[in-house]
Amino acid sequence: MQGESLIVRDLEIVATPDGGEERSIVSRIGFSLEPGEVLALIGESGSGKTTIALAMLGYARRGCRIAGGSVRLGETEVLSLSPVATRALRGHRVAYIAQSAAAAFNPSRSLMDQVIEAALLHKVMDRRTARDKAIGLFRDLALPDPEHIGERYPHQVSGGQLQRVMAAMALLTDPALVILDEPTTALDVTTQVEVLLAFKRVMRERGTTAIYVSHDLTVVAQMADQVLVLNGGCEQEQGRIEEILERPRHAYTRSLLAATRPPRLADSMPAAAGQPLLEVERLDVGYGKPNRDGEPSAMVLRGIDLTLHAGRSIGVIGESGSGKSTLARAVAGLIAPCHGSVQFDGTPLSPTLRGRTPDQFRRIQMAFQSADNALNPAHSVRRLLGRPLETYFHLDRAERRRRIDELMALVKLPTGLLDRKPGELSGGQKQRVNLARCLAAKPDLILCDEVTSALDTVVGAAILELLAELRQELGVAYLFISHDISTVRALCDDVMVLYHGECVEFGSCEAVLEAPRHDYTRKLIGSVPELRPGWLENRTLALAEAPA
Amino acid sequence: MNSLKTMPHPKANTPQRLRHGSHLPVGAPRRRNRRRLQLTRWIGLGVFGFWILVALFGPLLAPHPMGAFVSDQMFGGISAAYPLGTDYMGRDMLSRILTGARYTVGLALVAACLSSLIGAGFGMLSVLLPKWLEESVRRVFDTLISIPSKMMALVMVSAFGASIPLLITATVLSYAPGAFRIAHSLATNLATMEYVQVAHTRGEGRLYIAAREIFPNMIQSVLTDMGMRFVFIVLLLSGMSFLGLGVQPPAADLGSLVRENIGGLSQGAIAVIAPALAIGTLTIGANLLIDSLSTSRATQKE
Repeated sequence: MQGESLIVRDLEIVATPDGGEERSIVSRIGFSLEPGEVLALIGESGSGKTTIALAMLGYARRGCRIAGGSVRLGETEVLSLSPVATRALRGHRVAYIAQSAAAAFNPSRSLMDQVIEAALLHKVMDRRTARDKAIGLFRDLALPDPEHIGERYPHQVSGGQLQRVMAAMALLTDPALVILDEPTTALDVTTQVEVLLAFKRVMRERGTTAIYVSHDLTVVAQMADQVLVLNGGCEQEQGRIEEILERPRHAYTRSLLAATRPPRLADSMPAAAGQPLLEVERLDVGYGKPNRDGEPSAMVLRGIDLTLHAGRSIGVIGESGSGKSTLARAVAGLIAPCHGSVQFDGTPLSPTLRGRTPDQFRRIQMAFQSADNALNPAHSVRRLLGRPLETYFHLDRAERRRRIDELMALVKLPTGLLDRKPGELSGGQKQRVNLARCLAAKPDLILCDEVTSALDTVVGAAILELLAELRQELGVAYLFISHDISTVRALCDDVMVLYHGECVEFGSCEAVLEAPRHDYTRKLIGSVPELRPGWLENRTLALAEAPA
Repeated sequence: MNSLKTMPHPKANTPQRLRHGSHLPVGAPRRRNRRRLQLTRWIGLGVFGFWILVALFGPLLAPHPMGAFVSDQMFGGISAAYPLGTDYMGRDMLSRILTGARYTVGLALVAACLSSLIGAGFGMLSVLLPKWLEESVRRVFDTLISIPSKMMALVMVSAFGASIPLLITATVLSYAPGAFRIAHSLATNLATMEYVQVAHTRGEGRLYIAAREIFPNMIQSVLTDMGMRFVFIVLLLSGMSFLGLGVQPPAADLGSLVRENIGGLSQGAIAVIAPALAIGTLTIGANLLIDSLSTSRATQKE
């Protein structure tokens, strides 16, 4: 209906780091889109995806400059517009949907006010028409209670709903081009499918031309007509989505494809008999003040049973808010359970940190999700790795140095990084340091809390491989928390499915994932996008046909 | 040839304009901004450094002793013998400022350091204390913060008489609570960081966590805060001296110099303008320095 063609030629973007020389971050990018087509920009973080997408708005981030090239949208040459004309373009003819809807909305204004703001600013329609149109879009995007959802505030709707409201905001002015910047990366798989479906239907109906930025090939396969694979600001490969998936020519594209579905990395260990390493019995955990019965006001986990033998790994999956992390924190002693017991190697663990022995501290290590927050930005890598050696083993300086070198070799990092601070490391390197710090304690159990979810697919796959190797070499056991079924499948022997704080299914990895018994497990598995175009539509058809 | 040159193809215009880049709607490069930042830092550093040097060596450089009556003229103007004129009793103003600066800078520095040390120390540790103890510490500081600083200083001076230790105590009591509040809120945020939890699960003690995990990440903000407190304290002390309740004669700090010579204001005497300017440059210099330090930190973080 209103999509326009987009032709980009020789786009060059340079950045000037503080005190440094100008350097190119995007070079010689070109593509062309017919009206109504969707182009996916795919690549790992830092590959220039978002920078290119923002250039379609004639915008470059602070410290960056569009050095040359042309962006032609319909009849308009975007890059040569005056600042006033560029402002008229943004939010009207070109709209942008950001990754984190929660951060993009102003929490103190109602959703409707923000959705129609751009339309009112550009004076394309009056308030009443804008409201009616927004309600129509809410309905099309399958938002609940479309008539009144606009009166709510951002914190009163869920993350997936907020992302759809943002789509409504972008589509309200009937833009010629929509830029979607990783719109579903922050969502759970089950929510992601709903949001993708809503996006796809609305965009198809309106014939919107779109650029879809993502690092997830399976999502791209559902959404895009064309794909542009980026690495380090340069084009690696470009073509129709089917071609890229079936006949990837470039090595980088192949590694992306391979990383999407990591193969089974660990041989299943024989179910060890004897003393279990970790035994959790009828564990109840909650937050908040205890009420009259001694139960906290908000219960997160109820009646969790778990047995983990040395050298084995259990995957815990579930959506956000299902209590996955709380389970790990309860085992680590960061939150005291209100009922139930945790036994470690035959001795009961104290519910809080206070009652635990130094040896228990050493043997249970926790690897947090985001290495950014888990590594103290003020400490060098040497210090980060040295401190556990100091506290647990009281090693002297020479011994420490030797052991640190060993650890760095174990996680495959060059020793040249030892004097850097975490801020000077890449995401993957940080996660390796994070693991090395856990390994420094020579632990028997590592609680891995979403260790790969903040990483790009390729980097995440490498970390998974490392985890599998370490398990083989050192015989550590993992409690592996993830929302990504493919990582659990690749690494774990057993799997536990959590749903609203209760364990709905527990069993060996193959049994649960191949033949799920519980409805929620089926939904969870069915929501993982497959690497083929059309999966999204077929899935919906299959769901519609299935008896309710 | 000629006709080609005079009549360019109309479409040839567009790529040329693009190459110039002047019409591209892009953010201006950072460079200019940075240079200005450097400049304010150097000015701030220069002015503040100057006053520190004066505080250290001023009395040695002073041509006359502080209390010496050297001239018959009251409120004398600028002359070769007395570059900053003479005061209401005919004393050399330059010598008096060179000597008096030591009191203002020294007192304010000691008081600012003590305020930050006490405030930040409690702020940091209280986060790691049991809940009830943290609350009681906070309430004590909240009580102090509710008393106006000048009022507290006035009451203390009138009760115990003006002396230098008392002046320091009074300023620390009024400024430590603010430092505490800032440090406490910084530390509360930092204490929930995952690396602090990692340290907890390693079984580290409170002191280690406070000193090694939390403190290095808040030192910059604490220093900035201390710089600001220094400026406030200079103003408070000068105000006290102006009211006659600060440093007592025959010694004089910059504030009391303004006060003693206030009678010369109607004559536009340099004796009242010079110490006022001294207070002004000291606080502005400190402010510029703090500003440039905190902004450079913000750009580093990006």
